Amino acid sequence: MRQAPLLILGAGPAGLAAASEARAQGIEVLLLDENPAPGGQVHRAVGGFYRPEAGAPGADQAREGLRLIQAAAASGAECRFGATLWAVQEDGVVSWSEGGRAHQVQASVLLLCPGATERALPIPGWTLPGVMGVGAAQILLKTAGLLPEGRVWLAGQGPLLWLYAAQLLDKGVRPAGILDLSPPGMNWRAAWHLPMALRAPGYLAQGLGWMWRIRRAGIPVIRAREVAALGEGRLSAIAVDGRTFPADWLLLHDGVVPNTQVTRALPGCAHIWDQAQASFRPVLDAWGNTSLEGLLVAGDGGGIGGARAAALSGRIAALEAARWLGFLTADQRDAMAGPLLHRRAAELAPRGLLDAIFPPLPMARVADATVVCRCEEITAGRVRAAVALGVQGPNQVKAFLRAGMGACQGRVCGPAVHALMAEARGVDPGALEPLRTRFPTKPVTVGELAGLAGGE
Amino acid sequence: MFRRSGPSDCEITWNGATIPARQGESLAAALLAAGVTHFRDTAVSGSPRGPFCMMGACFDCLVEVGGVANLQACLVPVTPGLEARMQIGARAAGN
Repeated sequence: MRQAPLLILGAGPAGLAAASEARAQGIEVLLLDENPAPGGQVHRAVGGFYRPEAGAPGADQAREGLRLIQAAAASGAECRFGATLWAVQEDGVVSWSEGGRAHQVQASVLLLCPGATERALPIPGWTLPGVMGVGAAQILLKTAGLLPEGRVWLAGQGPLLWLYAAQLLDKGVRPAGILDLSPPGMNWRAAWHLPMALRAPGYLAQGLGWMWRIRRAGIPVIRAREVAALGEGRLSAIAVDGRTFPADWLLLHDGVVPNTQVTRALPGCAHIWDQAQASFRPVLDAWGNTSLEGLLVAGDGGGIGGARAAALSGRIAALEAARWLGFLTADQRDAMAGPLLHRRAAELAPRGLLDAIFPPLPMARVADATVVCRCEEITAGRVRAAVALGVQGPNQVKAFLRAGMGACQGRVCGPAVHALMAEARGVDPGALEPLRTRFPTKPVTVGELAGLAGGE
Repeated sequence: MFRRSGPSDCEITWNGATIPARQGESLAAALLAAGVTHFRDTAVSGSPRGPFCMMGACFDCLVEVGGVANLQACLVPVTPGLEARMQIGARAAGN
C-alpha cells in the first residue's frame, strides 16, 4: 500500500496553509478535498469563478484566499480534488473515493481540516424547495455567479447573514427583508467581551459596515421570534410572528458548527462540549494534537475561529507534524511557531464577543410539528415524546426514531436533536453524549469497495 | 429562481429536457439557474426537496446522473451533455 508521510484532509484555509508550511519543511504532502477546486467554503472558487472587485464585500477575504491557494499550488503538495474521504483506520490507513474508485494510503501523520457546517435552524416548512442556507446561497454566488430573484428573505443571525445581504446589494439584488432572530439583550451580554474583541477591531468594523449598508439601502430589518415557510411543493410565502409575506426564497442562518463527522467516528478521540459555541469539538492541545497519536485537527473543525485563525492553526499543526516526522526538533518547532501562536491568539480575540452576541437559537421555540431530522423526517415532537419515554441521549433516539441515521448521518440534524433533547431533559447539553458516527462517513458503493481488493 | 451573472457555455438534460449550463459548475447550480428547485421526492413521505446546504452535507439534492442514483447534485460538476433526472424515493437495488 502506498505510504504518505503527511495526509491533509480538506483544502480550506487550514489545509492549504498546512500544506504550504509542511512542504517548506521538506515533508511530502498528500492533500485531499471532496470539492472540485481548492478554497474550502470560505474561499470557494476564489481565483476561479469568484473574483470580487476591490472594495466589494468579502473582497479582502478573497484576496487572502487567493494567496493561500496559489502558495499551496506552488508548494509541490500533491492535491487531489473530487476526493471524498470516508474512513480512517486505527493503523493510519485512510480510504477515499475519487473518480468512482476507492483509494487507500497509509498515513504517518493525518491532519484533518474538515471545516464547519451551517448550524440547523429548524422552522416549520424548512424542507420546502425554495428554503436553503445563507451559506448555500453564497456558495452559488461564488461558484456560479448565481443571484436569487424575486422576493428574497434572510432569516436568523450571525456575520455570514449580513455579509451575504451586503453582497446581494452590491450585485444589485435587493432582499425583501432581513428577519433578525437574534435574542434580545445582546448588548449587555456582549459588553463584557468588548475590550477583548477590540484587540482585533477589523472584524467589528467590517460587520457593522455590512449592517449599515443594509440599513442605508432601506432594506426592512424585522426583529422576529417565529418564522415559518409556507407553500405547496415550493416556498410561496413566509409567516413572521403571525404576519404573512409573499416569498420566493427564504435563506436561513444560525452560525456554524465544527464538522466533527470523522473525529467522532474514531474510537478514543476525545471531544468536549464547548459551552460558548454550543457545540462539541475534539480535545486539542495548542499544536492541534488530538487524544490519538499522529492525528491532528486544524481550523474550524476543531472549534470555530474563522478563516485567518484556521490558516494559522494549519501552519502550527504542520510544524508539529514536522516535529513528529523528524524534520524539526521541538526547539526548532517552538521557535518557528512562536509568532504564529501570538497571531492566532489575536485573531481569536473577537470570538467571545461573537459567541455572546449570537448564541444559537433555543430549541424550546421549535414547535412539536416541525421536522428536525430532514433525512428521516422526524419531528421535534417525536424526539420530545421519546425523551418522555426515558430515552437519554442522541444515540438512543437514533435507535428509537432513526433521527440522525439517514443519508446525512446527523450532519444537519445532529446539533438540533442534541439541543432539543438537553432542553427536554432539563440538563446541560454537555451532559449528553454526542451522536456517534460510523465509517464510512460518506456513502461508498460495494463496487468501489470490491475494487480495493484489486490491490490499490 | 436564480439568475446567472455570467454566461452559460454548454447544455445538459434534466428529465429529458435540454437546459443551459456552464462546464465545471455544480449540477445543482445549473438546475437552479434553469428554474428547477424540485430535485427529488423523499423516500419516507414522498415530499419534494431541493438543494439545502450546497456543500455536500445535507443530501437533500440527490438526483440520478447517467442512470446512477443517489448522487449529490451539489458535488457533481457539469460536463457537456450530462443527463440527469429527478430521483423519486430511494435508490433501487442494483442501480
